[in-house]
Amino acid sequence: MKTISLAETPVRELNRQLQEQAAHFREPDWRITDPGGRHALAVGLDAPLNVTIDGHVGYYCAGMNQQAHVTINGMAGVGVAENMMSGSVRVRGNASQSAGATAHGGLLVVEGDASARCGIAMKGVDIVVGGSVGHLSAFMGQAGRLVVCGDAGEALGDSLYEVDIYVRGSVRSLGADCEEKSMGPEHRAALAELLEAAGMDHDPAGFRRYGSARALYNFRVDNAFAGYGEEEIES
Amino acid sequence: MSEQHKRPGMRESASFDRDVIAEIQRAADTGIYDIRGFGAKRAVPHFDDLLFLGASMSRYPLEGYRERCATDVTLGTRYASQPLELDIPVTIAGMSFGSLSAQAKEALGRGASVVGTSTTTGDGGMTAEERGQSDKLVYQYLPSRYGMNPDDLRKADAIEVVLGQGAKPGGGGMLMGQKISDRVAEMRTLPKGVDQRSACRHPDWTGPDDLAIKIEELREITGGEKPIYIKIGATRTYYDVKLAVKAGADVVVLDGMQGGTAATQEVFIEHVGIPLLSALPQAVQALQELDMHRKVQLVVSGGIRSGADVAKAMALGADAVSIGTAALIALGCNHPRWEAEYRTLGTAAGFYDDYHEGRDPAGISTQDPALARRLDPEAGGRRLANYLRVLTMEAQTLARACGKSHLRNLEPQDLVALNVEAAAMARVPLAGTGWVPGVGA
Repeated sequence: MKTISLAETPVRELNRQLQEQAAHFREPDWRITDPGGRHALAVGLDAPLNVTIDGHVGYYCAGMNQQAHVTINGMAGVGVAENMMSGSVRVRGNASQSAGATAHGGLLVVEGDASARCGIAMKGVDIVVGGSVGHLSAFMGQAGRLVVCGDAGEALGDSLYEVDIYVRGSVRSLGADCEEKSMGPEHRAALAELLEAAGMDHDPAGFRRYGSARALYNFRVDNAFAGYGEEEIES
Repeated sequence: MSEQHKRPGMRESASFDRDVIAEIQRAADTGIYDIRGFGAKRAVPHFDDLLFLGASMSRYPLEGYRERCATDVTLGTRYASQPLELDIPVTIAGMSFGSLSAQAKEALGRGASVVGTSTTTGDGGMTAEERGQSDKLVYQYLPSRYGMNPDDLRKADAIEVVLGQGAKPGGGGMLMGQKISDRVAEMRTLPKGVDQRSACRHPDWTGPDDLAIKIEELREITGGEKPIYIKIGATRTYYDVKLAVKAGADVVVLDGMQGGTAATQEVFIEHVGIPLLSALPQAVQALQELDMHRKVQLVVSGGIRSGADVAKAMALGADAVSIGTAALIALGCNHPRWEAEYRTLGTAAGFYDDYHEGRDPAGISTQDPALARRLDPEAGGRRLANYLRVLTMEAQTLARACGKSHLRNLEPQDLVALNVEAAAMARVPLAGTGWVPGVGA
């Protein structure tokens, strides 16, 4: 285990050492202390590292992660795990906006709440949020799965392509071209796997599933006035 | 529009001319706005409205062909540890694989590499063909992030954060379903056959302060080696350039409204954004006020066609220019050899702009394998290289006439304007006067 204090070491030097493991893999376990809300911590990693950050982090922590498993023992700023390709990121606290934005793969777990645009333009990642998510979550989501154990804000899944969204609580409103889908045994099984991987103890039967209505896949005059649903959808 | 049907006594309305009438009829027939490629077709003040003041008594010219007139430019000197060094100040603008065939992307890389300049990826990621054939490749970081991955990011020679483009500032890209091949769909992680709506805003930052942090992240991931460009469509240019510098740009790329696109709404192309002529001086002013002119390099695009355009843009303060539409024409777009096929598509050589339909007879803006094979990447690359050489030689000729031993030494004082509008926009005197409208008392 290698420990680095960001009270003493610049961010550039931390990232250099972590990124260097892609070419010369020597040290699998890392502990980062005194993050102090600094931005761009543990970004661009490409090795099977176990990185634990003790404290709150700023924007884009674990951005573009490949292979590494990053745990944040605190809150995360905007864009945690943005564009992650593989590996995993776990936020013990809450996450700010755009958690897991455009991420292609891996698993992002937010044990607390995630703010607006969680999973925006996601491209294959699995995201499990223990609490609630803010408005426009999974906006323009392309692929992957978003699990919300709490409530979802307005315009969930707006302009969705192919993302499976599971919500346990209420949905304030669905975005354009997002609709409730049937929940079959294969979906319950997939959800159970995701919940287990995330360490969340919930019954899959308590969730509802949402996905793309695919009505906006091609430009048509009838789509010109597509908008949000007005009513709150209670589970 | 053809004049063949005009006869005395038949007066065409200036407001409702045949183009307008045809568009109203088309809209009524289809119920959907017109989508097309190419760039703005309306006449706007442009570099054609400027003239150089060649040397005579008060200035000393250089011999037009032999005397040295250097053309090199280095982009990214502000922060990047590995700035991009180009032999000529004419670069290839971002155009996506998806909108263009793989052969076209390869040809652009081949042509640019021969003359020592860069090409640029687009909304769809980096292909092996273009990386393999481009000695210097700029990787676009777009709102959609299609195909974006850290491996390709590290392979790039520079990174261009795209906020907008001149053809559609404030709008995202479009790629219609008929152009979504298996390969394009896989690269973009989208189902085949859907009309793709690229995002118009970035997913994980919302303003210049956030962008500064995003750029910090990109530098952390790439070790601070690569120049970071910020590309903007020309609108509120003075403020946008100042904010781009504040956000940490190494290079600002400014795309005027004449800039091309693969597909967007006609109403967007013709009615949003401002001409490059009016935007460029604003950008230079913003950089000068920040004491960043020539420190943050300025690359401009949008209607660059000739060496005269290159020289005039540089005289107004650009460090380099970028070409898109002109590069495609050099490859063979709208070539008369395909006239018969253009006719079957209801158009003609010189008018073809339905890039979004994917039926380009020249094999450039298509994903149809049979059509795409028509473009030989080696031959296309040679044509592009020839064209880039001509642009450079023309610009050198004009620079030498103004007594400059380097293209970068061209200056606004070498220019006058032919009309009041151009004088006001370019901030150079109306020809034969000392009057710069809007400047001074």
